[in-house]
Amino acid sequence: MYNLLAQTDGNGLAKRLAEAFPPPTIDWPSILPIALVVCTGIVALIVEMLRPRQNNNAIIGFSLVGLFFAGLSLTSQFASPDLESFGGMVLRDRFSLTIQLLVVMVTGLTILFSDGYLRAKRIPFGEFYPLVLWSASGAMMMASSKNLLMIFLGIEVLSISLYVLAGMSKTETKSEESALKYFLLGAFASAFLLYGIAFMYGATGSLHLDAIRSAWNPNDEAFRNMMLFGMGLMLFGLAFKAAFVPFHQWTPDVYQGAPTNVTAFMAAGSKIGAMAALWRLLSASTTNVDLGATFQSYWMPALFWIAILTMTVGNLVALVQKDVKRTLGYSSIAHAGYILVGILAHVNNPEKVGIGTTVFYLLSYSLMTIGAFAVVSLTAKNGKEGTRFEDLHGLWKRSPFAVGCLIVFVASLIGIPPTSGFFGKLMIFNDALASDLMPLAIVLAVNSVLSVYYYVGIAKAAFVDAEGARTPESAPMNLGLAATCLLCAGGIFAVVILFNPLMNWLVGAP
Amino acid sequence: MTTFTVLAIVAVLAALGVVLFSSPVRSAICLVVNFFVLAFVYFILNAELLGITQIIVYTGAIMVLFLFVIMLLNLGGPQAWKERREFRTVLGFGFGAALAGVIASQLITHFREHSRPFADDGYGSPQAIGRVLFTQYVWPFEVASVLLLVGIVGSILLAKRKL
Repeated sequence: MYNLLAQTDGNGLAKRLAEAFPPPTIDWPSILPIALVVCTGIVALIVEMLRPRQNNNAIIGFSLVGLFFAGLSLTSQFASPDLESFGGMVLRDRFSLTIQLLVVMVTGLTILFSDGYLRAKRIPFGEFYPLVLWSASGAMMMASSKNLLMIFLGIEVLSISLYVLAGMSKTETKSEESALKYFLLGAFASAFLLYGIAFMYGATGSLHLDAIRSAWNPNDEAFRNMMLFGMGLMLFGLAFKAAFVPFHQWTPDVYQGAPTNVTAFMAAGSKIGAMAALWRLLSASTTNVDLGATFQSYWMPALFWIAILTMTVGNLVALVQKDVKRTLGYSSIAHAGYILVGILAHVNNPEKVGIGTTVFYLLSYSLMTIGAFAVVSLTAKNGKEGTRFEDLHGLWKRSPFAVGCLIVFVASLIGIPPTSGFFGKLMIFNDALASDLMPLAIVLAVNSVLSVYYYVGIAKAAFVDAEGARTPESAPMNLGLAATCLLCAGGIFAVVILFNPLMNWLVGAP
Repeated sequence: MTTFTVLAIVAVLAALGVVLFSSPVRSAICLVVNFFVLAFVYFILNAELLGITQIIVYTGAIMVLFLFVIMLLNLGGPQAWKERREFRTVLGFGFGAALAGVIASQLITHFREHSRPFADDGYGSPQAIGRVLFTQYVWPFEVASVLLLVGIVGSILLAKRKL
């Protein structure tokens, strides 16, 4: 291609370039959802300038309508064939559509309960909504590409918005600390990820995961070492974003300091994006046996131990926390470990274990996490917010509905039978057994029992009477928050009752 | 070759100035000169776009930021900063020379094989880069613009004090 250019004499250059780089095939529907979300954010920013002072209802309404149409454009493509367009940068398959739909849902739920909380915290910035939307678009980009360049750009769009959102409450030192920690460590992890991508590119000459997979050759030592080094660095970067132990240190501090609605989005949306990217990377990093040593035989043991550590450390440390948001932060680490087990089960045996488990678990995890954070956000009032267990005291007298929902969320987080949390864990357990990962299945079961203690502690705190309340009475329920709680709690049961039709619709066969 | 020699001498002098001046502003200005001259080295190697990018990004954006920061920090007059003589200095020099040796030993052999150390016509030209950017990489290009937008809106949100 470049020899072609070398003979150029100026006049023929344009023609030769056109031959060397033809326009890519373009499939507009496959980028429509992302484009819709980004544009909704841009227009919401303009609405923010025009709105009546301090009234965010127009922005919220507009954002939700935009998200609704993005969701509609996603579901309308469920029947379309899989294809890659834009020169291999955008991929449309079932996994990408489903994950994008989850991200859209999570964003909608977060936006729905944000206004009342931001008002109670005295930080009702209208810019919150565009930034959340753009952040969501980053997660959607990560899910809808097999190109490492796009995965990296998606991570950056997702994270940079989150760095800003975490520091949105500028008068609080905790929030500033959270933003700075997240930013510094996140930038560090991004650098590792990029470094890993560079090694992969150096070894294979391509950024596309399929090309990387087909280039695998364990017999060429230099090539193998470069690939393994690159893979290790990339896993480091993604493990940071997904908060696996031992890359989890930032999680509790950042979750505690960030505004609660941002934490909810971080715990659900950002985790979905990271898991999607990890799923893509890992399922593309499997190779055939006939080449000799397979690629996965190198990284599988490492991730096996990371999964065990993540589940165990997350749950053990959560036992001694005194702050609800920190507890939920450690709980999200433990859940990341469960999801990793699901992903490993799929990678280990792709024929037997499909994408259904991971998708279902991410769906149920998002519902219960956002719901739990939404209830915790009730403790904010007059610009102050207490998130310790004592601050939940007496909540059942002030807003029994919220406490009722909290019980559902806690039950689901523990994994008590009629809830989606139980079925999610059961599916992961079965998958782990089906693909010969028995030790992981056992660790998962033991950890579920461990986690009962601190989850029940959260629910119990809401029922204790408030004695000489330390913080001001919490804000009254507002419509958006009630709607979020109702949707999440309802969703937790609905996804179980409608399990078969839902999974058929989302991922084809369960 | 003479052009290159002149440019190289200026670049090396400017680089020495960065290290040897005691006033941070003067060091920064020397760095500007160094980057600028480096861009001309790229030009004579037939890499126009790289040279232009060097001027716009490094000389224009990054160095101006450097100067802003130095001036905002208001360091005052150059302070006499005595360097203590100790074994660490020697050790540092040793390691630095060793690193330079390792890099040079890897690079020089490659350079020797090439009789024409400049790019072919059209390689890395603005036309070629533009063509690639707007065909194969058009989607990442658009996404990068979203990233910049996020950066702008985010920094305004963090910086503004009143609603």
